[in-house]
Parts: sequence; structure tokens; C-alpha cells
Amino acid sequence: MKKLWLIIPLMLFALFLGVAAYQLTQPRDTLVRSTMIGKPLPAFDLPGATDDAPRVASGLFADGQPRLLNVWATWCVPCIAEAPQLEELAKRGVPIVGIAIRDEPEAIAQFLEQYGDPYAAIARDDIAEVQLALGSSGVPETFVIDGKGIIRHQHIGDIRESDVDEIYAKWEAAK
Amino acid sequence: MTPFPLLAAAMLSLSAPIAGPAAGQMTSSAPLANTQLADPQQEASAQALMEELRCLTCQSQSIADSNAPMAGDMRHQVRSRIAAGESPEQVRAWLVERYGDYVTYRPGLDSATWPLFALPVLFLLVAGVILFRRLGRRGE
Amino acid sequence: MIAEIGLAALWLAAGLCALQFIAGVLGVREAGADGAVHPVSALARPAAVVQGLLLLVAFACLLRVFAVTDLSVSLVADNSHVDKPFIYRLAAAWGNHEGSMLLWVTILGLAGGLVALFERRMDDRFMKAVLAAQAFIALGFLAFLLFSSNPFARLNPPADFGAGLNPLLQDIGLAFHPPTLYLGYVGLSVAFSFVVAGLVTRQAGPELARVMRPWVLAAWVALTLGIAAGSYWAYYELGWGGWWFWDPVENASLMPWLAATALLHSVSVLAARDALRTWTIMLGVVAFSMSMVGTFLVRSGILTSVHAFAVDPERGAFILGLLAIYVGGGFGLFALRAGALAEGKRFALVSREGALVFNNVMLSGILAVVLLGTLYPLAAEALGTRVSIGPPYYNPVSAIFAVPMLLVLLVGPLLRWKRDSLSRIAVPLAIVGALLAASVTVLLLFTDAGVLPILGLAIAVALALASWLPLRGRKLKRVPLALWGSMLAHFGVAVSLAGMASETAFSIERLVAVEAGESVAVGPYQVTLQEVDPVAGPNWTALEGRLAITGGGVDTVLRPQARYFTDPPQSTSESALLTRWDGQFYAILGDAAGEGRWQLRLWWKPFVTLIWYGALLIALGGLLSIFGHLRASARSRRIREEVARRRAEKALL
Repeated sequence: MKKLWLIIPLMLFALFLGVAAYQLTQPRDTLVRSTMIGKPLPAFDLPGATDDAPRVASGLFADGQPRLLNVWATWCVPCIAEAPQLEELAKRGVPIVGIAIRDEPEAIAQFLEQYGDPYAAIARDDIAEVQLALGSSGVPETFVIDGKGIIRHQHIGDIRESDVDEIYAKWEAAK
Repeated sequence: MTPFPLLAAAMLSLSAPIAGPAAGQMTSSAPLANTQLADPQQEASAQALMEELRCLTCQSQSIADSNAPMAGDMRHQVRSRIAAGESPEQVRAWLVERYGDYVTYRPGLDSATWPLFALPVLFLLVAGVILFRRLGRRGE
Repeated sequence: MIAEIGLAALWLAAGLCALQFIAGVLGVREAGADGAVHPVSALARPAAVVQGLLLLVAFACLLRVFAVTDLSVSLVADNSHVDKPFIYRLAAAWGNHEGSMLLWVTILGLAGGLVALFERRMDDRFMKAVLAAQAFIALGFLAFLLFSSNPFARLNPPADFGAGLNPLLQDIGLAFHPPTLYLGYVGLSVAFSFVVAGLVTRQAGPELARVMRPWVLAAWVALTLGIAAGSYWAYYELGWGGWWFWDPVENASLMPWLAATALLHSVSVLAARDALRTWTIMLGVVAFSMSMVGTFLVRSGILTSVHAFAVDPERGAFILGLLAIYVGGGFGLFALRAGALAEGKRFALVSREGALVFNNVMLSGILAVVLLGTLYPLAAEALGTRVSIGPPYYNPVSAIFAVPMLLVLLVGPLLRWKRDSLSRIAVPLAIVGALLAASVTVLLLFTDAGVLPILGLAIAVALALASWLPLRGRKLKRVPLALWGSMLAHFGVAVSLAGMASETAFSIERLVAVEAGESVAVGPYQVTLQEVDPVAGPNWTALEGRLAITGGGVDTVLRPQARYFTDPPQSTSESALLTRWDGQFYAILGDAAGEGRWQLRLWWKPFVTLIWYGALLIALGGLLSIFGHLRASARSRRIREEVARRRAEKALL
């Protein structure tokens, strides 16, 4: 009995060693994923990209047509990198709604002129309220919303060329 | 951010975005990000909650301590929701629904976190047994 | 040239270290049957001493290349810059992974040299085992340094400027924070070597405790100072006004401290009463393993921390390997040998030992909680979920163990060894109890503080008195130095606890956007923003706010800054503090808030400074104890020698 007790520290240490060694071999995943997948898109009603553009509201998403919801910003460098991929998706017929986080109308206009405009509509979220409601933790992020307004997929970070097909497939699947 | 080679075993910091002058939208413009609520009681409960919520774009900071713009926007959500009459636990639940347990520094009791509460009870029992075995005896 | 000398010294030290290990092992093995010791084993002590000196030479070489900013050394190029003030150029030498490892190994080598030179209380076989264990530890870290973290690697061609040191590290307090912590870790490694030698040679009596004690105490003093300095640095440098965040890196430094605190109390039971043999041995292994686990967690970057570090999984793997060998070996030896140790003396429930065992078990409980909270996210991540564990978990759960421990601390030092009765100490018990109850009542009636701060403050008040009660019935002049030390340390706990509880319960925070000329009230003070001006320093520029503070007998100006560094580019908030006897006023200059207004974050933190004054008292108490014990042991040795001499004289007659 006493001998048995003496082995406990060694066993606990072995457990720690196992977990630590395993975690050390795993790639460090620091992404915070939204837990809103499978849930309805939160209701919102935001001003459009420019002061004379129409407002963009969540009701837009419940018309039976699946869409991409792209959370981005003009001050975000990876957003520039993903612009061609969004363009490509738009060309394939995917409607994309953009939500610009903490942005300015002039900056948005300039960005679209410079890097292209794949968006069906753009909303301005100056205080990131919709971003937070979506469970998004950074820019850019892209959500696939199905025709009933249910969030189906989240893509974190910029869309690389290798991601385009996957996202298109997710959009197809949401039909 | 460049990973500066720093020493360790020591308490060092390279805190995530401390608002710089340039680099685009580096601050939150949400009205209640840096403005306290007028009602001191509401502000106190908002403050207490903000200290228990994790800044999602930082390394390991509460939103109360972070200068990151997203932390500011989260503070705005907390303050405005509490000002609108929600309880701190409702606000916390709203965020946990979106980001999972990771967003709160106060782990709840669920299938992923039960050992956090069961093990201290075990420690207490072990401590009790050790004390009983050591002290239960009379000296010679 | 200097770098090559340093590298050569390192290699020579590694060679001597191998020699010391072989000599130590031979000394342990051969001294069995006929008492004939292998001649090589005599080299263990000199090898340890020379090795310490060589490492000192290597570290001096590193200081030298940093002092002259030799940019052909890649470590200098990566971490220093010609424009930096001299003191920070020096501090940059250990402000990086390679340099700090060299510092660690240097301190380890010097400690080994000290043990080899001065420790003569134990028999030769035991000392050979100690030196072998020391050499084994040093060998691993020297291999780490030479094979994966060479601080003297050359850069070809040399760099033009140098990358600079993270501006947050350009701080005098922080420059001396890591060496202090390393002193603590090394002290624990020496204690570990003694414990290993005790297990190997089957000696775990009071003598072992007496030789370990100065090292454990020294390690504990250093850790106390290191943690306090780190906490104060985080408090004023990070600009969030907090002094403890339960961040993984902070926990990594707290865990060895908790283990060392338990160890030093159980060591004194073992030294005084020959009880708690197995437990003390186990704590010796635990304390060292905590310092290794902490180093691993911090270096490997396996946990997310606000305090950043050289995140390098490859080096993490190396440290994990060393950890497996040393700690696994230590616990393995413990499992094999501890069962064979003679059980120590027994004692009654109400006795000094009883109170100390309680203290030990509760400290171990806190340690277990901190360890669990720190490592749990790691285990959860391996299982595919992510959790955050912070103050709302640590505070109450560790309090379950801390509060009973502190309550027992109120009376424990009054008890006698072996067996005592509560009725003997009824009067002091009643006084302390009444003080505790009165404090709780007053705080409940007149404040709206939370449960833990109220308990903390009440215990602090009671402990501030109770810690001096062991003086009762003693002649002041005859109180041993070590007892002064322990009373002072316990009083320091009360002071520190009062500061923590007061800051938690009574801090006032104001967050405002004001324009020049506007004022706001914070606690007892009226704060007016006079101006915000640009200022320039040696390697930074800043916006500096001028805040006039009036009221409460104060009329002064504070200048918080938002600083922008260029090498490397980074910005920091420089807090401005006004320290008063009853607390600190803390000001941060935030961003421009539009329309000529500036964000200010202002706090009044009553008695917050007591946290660090308390830590200083605790460390001072530890130092007094070291001197007390060393003096007492020197005196008893003199007496023994005197007795032996007289006996010899008598025999001659």
C-alpha cells in the first residue's frame, strides 16, 4: 500500500509528459471559431457603404438564395489579398454581401476602385456589433448563409486560391 | 507582429496591439468602449464582467485590460446591454453562444470542464486523508 | 575573439562537468566495501569549482560582446542596438533565450562551486552523490546551450545596426527580474541534488534537512523577490493597473514558489524533529520539477500567454526531454527508494508539527489547483475543446485551501513541538480570535467589499498581531535570529495580504475623455488635464500628458506618456504614479478622443503598495533566517570541535 502511493507522483508526471509531448507535435491553432454554425443569422440593419446607398438588413438573406457574408475592412491587408478570389467567386455566380468593419465611405469607395467590387451589397458596421453577433473574431472572415438565413460555414482568414473551390462547394451545398 | 526573441521564465510582455498612431482603424469608435455608465452600480457590474471576458484578438488579456479595437467594441456591447437592463450572466451567455467557453475566464460546469471542479474536491479529500493519517495518531 | 574565448570556456566547462559526474558516481559506488575510494573521485570538488569559474568567464565574454555591441555575433545583432543606453545594452545580454540560458547555467555552475567549496557537514559519499547529481543537471543544460542555443554564434557578414530589444524590456526593474528568478530555480536544483543524494545514500535525517535549508531558503527568497518584481513591473509597465492576472507565465513562476514555501516548512520540521522524512524528500523533487515545468511552459509557447517569449517548439522539445530525464528520474528514484526510508518521528494533532503539516498540505492543495488551472487548457485542447481559466476560477478555488491555511498560521507558531494543548495558549488564541471577529464585523458593517477581500483584510489584521506573539514570554535579547526571520516573514504575509485585499475591495477607477483644462474627481483627488505635448527620448518619441493632481494634501503634476519606439517599432503606455503612504494614484494617457479631447484612465488604489512592501518583508525574513541558521550551525560546530579538543587533551593526560 505504501509502495503504491510512492508511484503516484511518477504517474502524474508521466501523464503531464504525454499531454505536453502530444501538444508540442500539434500545430498551434489559435483561431477562435464561431459557435453560430447551424444557427440563424442574427438580425441586423446597417447603413450602406456610402451615405446615399440603401441600408442592408438581415431580412435580405431569407429569400431562398444562399449567399456569402464577407466580413472585411479597407484597413486590413489580407483583405486586399483575398479580393481576386472574391472576384472569382462572384464571377461563378455567388452573391456576396460585405460587412465593412470600422470603416469610412471614402476608404471603401477607393478600395473597390482599386481592388475590384465583387459585392452585391456592402454594409458598414462601425462598432462591430454584427461581427460580434456572428461570433467572428477578426477580418477577413467569410460565412456561408443558406436560403433560409441559417449560417452553414465559416472561413477564417483570407480566401486563398486553393480555398475557392471548397467555398463554392459549401455555397452549392447550402442551396 | 514580429516575434521578438525574448527571454522567458520571466514575466515578459509583448502585448497585442497597443493602439499606435497609424495603421488604419486602430481604435474602437463605439460610444461605450471607453465611457463609463452613469449609474455606478451598473458600471461596477459591467466592469466586473469585462474583467472576466477574454479579448479574442489578443494573446491573453481581458477586454477590460486590452487596447485592441475589438475589445473596445466588446466593452460597448457589455455596457450597452447592461444599461438596457440585461443581467451580466445574460450578456455572458450571449457571448458564449457565439464564441464558446473560450470567451469567458469563468469556466462553467459542463462536459468539457467538469474535471476543473471535480479535481479540487478530490484534492480536498486527499488533503483530508493525509491530515487524518498524519495527525490521527497519538504521539509516542 | 572574445566570442571564441567564451565558447571555448563553455566547452571546457562541459568537459569538466562530465569529469565531475564520473568522479561523483565513482565516489558513490566505490566507497562501499573496504572504504577504498577511487582516486578519480577526489576530482569532483575541484572540477565543480573550476567549472563555475569557467562559466563565469563565458558569461563575462557575453557581457563584453554586448557592451561593445559586436554586431558580428548574431545574438547581439538580433537583440541589441548601438543607440541603446549602456545599461540596457548589458541587460540585453540576458534578455533573450540564449543569453538567459547561459546566465542560468552560470548561476548553476557557481552554486555547484559553492557547494563543493564550503559544504563540509555531510560525509564524503553523500557529497559525491550531490556533486554527481549537480553535474548531471548542468550537463543537460550545457548540451542544450552548445547544441541548440549557442549564444556566441557568429554572423557573416556582420549586421549594420542590430534589431533592438523590445521596449517593454528596457526597464531597470525588469533587467534584474530574470536573474533573480534563476537564482531561485538554481537554489531549488541544489536542493534537488541534496534530495537525490539522500535517496541514493539512504540518508534522510535532520542532517540532510540542515544542509538543504540554506539553499531552500535562498531559493525561496529569490523567488519571492523575483515574483514581486515581476508583478510590480506588470503593474506599472503594462498599464492596466492590475498586479496579478493568473496568466500561465505568472503561474509558472508562482508554482515553484508555492512548492518551495511548503518545502522550507517541512525542512524545518525534519531538521528540528526528524519527522516528515518521505514528505520532505517528495517536496524536494516537486519543487525542482515545478521550476522545470515552468521553464518548459514558458519556453515552448505551448500555452497562450500575454507575456511573450521565445516561442520555439524545437527548443520546447529539448527542454521537455531534459524534464523527462531529471524529473522522471527524480520521481522514479523516489518511487524506488522512498519506501525504504525509516519513518520519521510521530507527533500529536495539536503541536507545531501538526500545524506545519496542515500548512504543507494546504500549500500543496493551492499548488495542485494552480497546476490544474494552468495545464487544463492544454489537456482540453488535446481533446478538441478550448477553455479559458482566469481569476474567477483561481481566486475562489485556491481560497478554499488558502483561508484555512492562513487561519492555522495565526496560531501555529505559538504551539510547541511534539505535543501541546490549546488551553496552554488560550489567552493569545482568544485575543487573535477576537481581533479576527471584530475586523470581520467592522468590514461587514461599514464597507460593501466582497467575501474574499473581507476575509483577507480580517486575517491580515489578526496575523499582523499574531505573527509577533511567539515573542510572548521570551527575553528579547535571547530570541534567535531565525525566529525573528520567521516572525518577520509571517508579518510580511499579513502586510501583503492587506494590500491585495484592499486594492481588490476599495480601488476606484475613472475612465474619461477630457480636453485641456477640464478636471475630474478620483477618490480623494481632483485631476486636471493641463496639456498634451510631444516629447522625445533616446530611442523613442511620445505624447506626454500633464496632469495636475490636487486635494488630499497633494499638489503635484503627473506625466503619463504614450511612447512610440522605432527599434523595433512598438508603442507602450507609460503610466504615471503618485505614491502616498495610503495608496497609489495611477494615470494612463489613452488615445485622442476627437474634438481636442483625450482619453484618460485613472485609478486610486488604496494601500496597493503594501503588496510589494509585504513581499520585501517576507524576503528579508528569509534572509534573517538564512543568517540565523548558518550562525547557529557554525556555533554548534565550534562547540563540537571544542569538546572534541578537550576530550583529546583529557585522553592525553
